[in-house]
Amino acid sequence: MVNTWIAATLVAVIAGVVGFFVVLRGAAFVAHAIPHGAFGGAAGAVLIGVNPIAGLGVFAVGGALGIGWLGRRGRHDVATALALVLMLGLGALFLSFSVEYAAAIYSLLFGEVLGVPSDELLPIAGLGIACIAALAVLYRPLMLTSIAPEVAEARGVGAQRIETGFLLVVALAATMTVPVVGVLLMFSLMIGPAATAGSLTRSPRNAIALSVLLALATVWIAVAVSYLTNLPVGFFVGTLGAVSYGCARIWTARRRGRTAPA
Amino acid sequence: MSVPTLDPSADDAILDVDGVSVWLSGREVLHDVRFRIMPGEFTGLIGSNGAGKTTLFRVILGLQASSTGSVLVGGRPLTRRNPIIGYVPQKVFLDPDMPLRARDVVALGLDGHRLGVPLGWGRRRQAVDAMLDAVDARRFADARVGNLSGGEQQRVLIAHALISRPRLLLLDEPLANLDIRAEGEVVALLARIAREQRIAVLISAHDVNPLLPVMDRLVYVAAGKTASGTTAEVIRAEVLSALYGQHVDVLRVHGRILVVAGAEGPSGVTVEETDGAAVGPDIVSLR
Repeated sequence: MVNTWIAATLVAVIAGVVGFFVVLRGAAFVAHAIPHGAFGGAAGAVLIGVNPIAGLGVFAVGGALGIGWLGRRGRHDVATALALVLMLGLGALFLSFSVEYAAAIYSLLFGEVLGVPSDELLPIAGLGIACIAALAVLYRPLMLTSIAPEVAEARGVGAQRIETGFLLVVALAATMTVPVVGVLLMFSLMIGPAATAGSLTRSPRNAIALSVLLALATVWIAVAVSYLTNLPVGFFVGTLGAVSYGCARIWTARRRGRTAPA
Repeated sequence: MSVPTLDPSADDAILDVDGVSVWLSGREVLHDVRFRIMPGEFTGLIGSNGAGKTTLFRVILGLQASSTGSVLVGGRPLTRRNPIIGYVPQKVFLDPDMPLRARDVVALGLDGHRLGVPLGWGRRRQAVDAMLDAVDARRFADARVGNLSGGEQQRVLIAHALISRPRLLLLDEPLANLDIRAEGEVVALLARIAREQRIAVLISAHDVNPLLPVMDRLVYVAAGKTASGTTAEVIRAEVLSALYGQHVDVLRVHGRILVVAGAEGPSGVTVEETDGAAVGPDIVSLR
């Protein structure tokens, strides 16, 4: 149980920080595609007898590079969708060859947050620190390319390189968190808290901090309630994410309605 | 075609565009463009949508290679990341849901291209506040930038471009989507910046009229060709007819200008520069 709390806490911090940039850049579809597609890599890894996490990592990074490269000319959402269907298709193929391990792979979809072994905590923490460090280094160019990519280009910032770097961070975060909380949970944890935080506060720094706090609260409540009720963690994380975002929107709309618009 | 008015010594020019042509996918988008801008000069780049204004900006910014000709900025050949140039693009994504204040956008103009987290918050904050004061945007410094009006957002973007202390400010259609009052305020602000800080301003617009009171010179773009000079020199039926390759009439009504083209065109008369605004006595007449 202690491992569960530590792992869930680590995952929430990463999802809160990475999610802020995902929501800022309108990259929710990419954040959906990379972890889901990486699931196919895990299936392939099990088939050839390697650690599923290695398969996850290879597919996540490959997907990120593919989306970055295909999205260079043409539409980003199309590149993302194609990368996703290709990786899922490969996953289906691998699964059809390896019937006996299918159950273990399906658990990646929903994670095993209630059964994290101790020796997995250190790698999770390490990759998490790497993710946050990379985002700290890319912070200003990420913000600039999010609002005015042409200005960034004119000032010598390669918007494409920044974008690919960001996709790699998402891939790294997915590799690290998917075995713990699963594909679906990771996706909801990246979007719900960050979107809620973005509508509640105006400054980017406060939004990142609030996003992490909300992700932590979401995971802790979900794990506790799931433990007590024996219902799936994913249900609680998904519901909390959607409900908190809905409440935040209603609250800001009411506040704007009361005070005269600036 | 260029008719320089001020002392045209090329050494002093902040921008010298000399015979630039650009071919994009087999089509000549710009043909033999040449003009000069002196420090502190206010220049309008006038032309309808698709005339090649944005392409010309991309050439000056070093984002688009020209097929022929040369561009000197501050007397030096083009480089990417030229600190002399400040740029306000036409497309900026300021979503109301973004957790981003006006002051954050301005701060990104200071050091948004650098890696790492910003240090020296106190100094940064002072510089940002001073810049917001200079464009009269201090009162909405802490507002969510996506919720600001079009005119307020333009002020923030101008501050974003000016905070790195450029000597040439490029603005791509900053008056598009502004109401008449905001349009006048933004033009007055830009004219003041050009005059007081000796920053050369090159502003693109599809309508010449809002810029008439403040423009020193203009560059008129039509079908990839340009003519430059003062308003009186360029906005003439002979000059514009030569540019468009068909007969064009220039009408002056209460100090406003209408360019009317296409007497023999298939769809009859088309009005190139229209303005829905009522013609009022407050419009400064041509020099």
